[in-house]
Amino acid sequence: MIASTGKDSAITSAYMAQIGPSHPALKEPVMFTFELDGERVVSADFAPGMAHRGVEWAGTRRNAIQTLYLAERICGICGITHSVSYARAIEQIAGIEVPARAHYIRSIVGELERIHSHLLWAGVAAHELGFDSLFFLTWKVRERVMDVLEYLCGNRVHYGIMQIGGANRDITPDQYPTVLEALDYFEQHFGQLAKLFLEDDSIRIRCRDCGVLTKQEALELCAVGPTARASGVAKDVRQDHPYAAYADVEVKAITPDQFTGEVHGDVFDRIIVRLYEVKQSIDLTRIFIENMPPAGPILAEEKMPKLLALIRKAEGEAIGRHEAPRGEVLHYLKLNKNVQPEVWKVRAPSYNNYMPWIPMLEGEQIADIPIIVASIDPCISCCDRVAFVRGDRKDIVTKEDLHRMSVAKQRKIQHG
Amino acid sequence: MGNVLLILFGTLAVAAFGIITGLVFLGVDRILVARMQARIGPPWQQPFFDFFKLMSKENVIPRNSIPWLFNLAPLLALASSIVLLLYLPIGSFPALLAAHGDLILIVYLLIVPALAMVVGGFASSSPYATIGAQREMVTMISYELPLATIAVAYAWKLGQAGVAHPFALSSITANPIWGLVGPVGLAGAVLLLLVLIVVTPGELSRIPFDTPEAETELAGGLLVEYSGRNFALFYLALGVKSIVMAALVVALFFPWNVSDFIALPTVAARIADLAFWLLKIEVVIFFAASLIRISLARLRINHVVSLYWKYLGAVGFLALALLMIDGMIA
Repeated sequence: MIASTGKDSAITSAYMAQIGPSHPALKEPVMFTFELDGERVVSADFAPGMAHRGVEWAGTRRNAIQTLYLAERICGICGITHSVSYARAIEQIAGIEVPARAHYIRSIVGELERIHSHLLWAGVAAHELGFDSLFFLTWKVRERVMDVLEYLCGNRVHYGIMQIGGANRDITPDQYPTVLEALDYFEQHFGQLAKLFLEDDSIRIRCRDCGVLTKQEALELCAVGPTARASGVAKDVRQDHPYAAYADVEVKAITPDQFTGEVHGDVFDRIIVRLYEVKQSIDLTRIFIENMPPAGPILAEEKMPKLLALIRKAEGEAIGRHEAPRGEVLHYLKLNKNVQPEVWKVRAPSYNNYMPWIPMLEGEQIADIPIIVASIDPCISCCDRVAFVRGDRKDIVTKEDLHRMSVAKQRKIQHG
Repeated sequence: MGNVLLILFGTLAVAAFGIITGLVFLGVDRILVARMQARIGPPWQQPFFDFFKLMSKENVIPRNSIPWLFNLAPLLALASSIVLLLYLPIGSFPALLAAHGDLILIVYLLIVPALAMVVGGFASSSPYATIGAQREMVTMISYELPLATIAVAYAWKLGQAGVAHPFALSSITANPIWGLVGPVGLAGAVLLLLVLIVVTPGELSRIPFDTPEAETELAGGLLVEYSGRNFALFYLALGVKSIVMAALVVALFFPWNVSDFIALPTVAARIADLAFWLLKIEVVIFFAASLIRISLARLRINHVVSLYWKYLGAVGFLALALLMIDGMIA
């Protein structure tokens, strides 16, 4: 989409240009408005909300188990992330104890998903830089992760393996060799990809000191996941609040200074962090496979009607968290003696990583816009769950409005 | 009168030849690139399919564009690319207009297709196209210097060797530079070849120098508003331009023909020379466009400028200096 308003001014030669909502650099719809001076970005603004599908609304009108599958469909890449967070919230409220083996299944699939997501991102990043050979190579490796996920879960994209109180499918010992073999394959290709991404000059000159987010800004704007870690904020839900099988292993948040000795907070650091997280995930998956608890139940409650009855009795609220490939995902849930969740609120990691776009983009060149936008690995559909549409008019909601609405909503939640 | 008719029909023949081989080589380029990226790639006729598809599509002219300029630009780009081909030898056929222009004219004419794209970009009045057009102009200015050093170096060398009409392409092809120079000059000539190889992707707006089009940044840049017939003409122009750039490299550096070495009957010699010429063209396109394209990321416009002006300009002058030193030694 192209639109511009020629802002004629004697003082500045700046002009406005829009990128989005539909643009080859954007894999999902979001609209950027840039004030440009020649090739330089003077100021940037963005407007999300183009991929709204009313998932939360729909979720509170289905029973809690159906909503689990709906949660998985919030995002095409991090399905496990949303279903695990959602399930964890319900389990906390209903007091469901997840079997040990199911914890491991969740973590294994979660780590494979991270490998998949980071490889997908790396490919997209290479494409944004105009380096299509690297894009195809990365996605060739990614194809294998999808094969493994299909082998384990039966699906390539929305895995459908999670269930409230455990997992739907077991990972049996005869499946281990295939997974381990795939891990070896990733390890081999990791070396090749790391060499191409980290040692190739044409990537370095484009990404070094481009789109810088300082540690201070990362903290102030509540950045999460690799975006925050690349700026030197060592936070990772798996490290800070271990859950599932992560409690049994030592997970250390990956920051670029562990590999280069310094933190730039630029696009290149984000590449470093994501690549080494792939390595970390390969190692973690191997540890999980090797230390799988002996065969046993994988579901707290196998009969779905009984599980629903359990949920129907539950009352209370909880927050489920998960370290998604893009950062911390957070599901707030309130149950009120009903099969449907009373309130469901999802805070996806990209939501936190949107704001850092502004300091990253300002002062950079047009050529850097695509890679900077892509560098936070934005998941627009994860975030676009709120839109205010009245007739064909779409309102902009101010901070005051939001505060007022938030107070009203809190009151409604507390007093019914 | 006969001469006029020859030029008229010759031009038509060269135009058809240039367009068809241009499209074929675009297809070959796509297959080779795909294979090197571990893909299968399209069939070799894909550029033809693309062309016919584009011709059947609606030709959208933006409301705030300048229509006559917007429509003229693609015609100008294609026509000027074909005109360039008229000045370059094809196989053992001498250039159709060899008597009417020389290397300097070719260097000048090379600006025209790029300039047509700039004009089209500005005429479409889209901010993306405007940014693209500005970048194209900057790129054009940048690679002009290294290109000029090549022309100067050649003419100087030929002039020094006592060849008549040193700027004429016929004298250049008749006296390959490799035979005129000593070891130092040989290094200079290799550097000149390198310069021309690096200028080629810039001239063709190919990665890493595709900043004016930059799909992921400008969504096609100066071509963003073009569709249907106009876009198809630009596509043809790209094909012809690829042939032109490769033919220039061949004419300057690899002018040999099969018939120079093997005695063949006239018709067979012409065919063999043409086939050998096409092979040389493909080799040049492979190294100058395909191979560079798959092994690099897109450069920022400031990188493009510094690469062409500073580094390639310096290499060009170094080559010139080496040729001069060679002349002094000899």
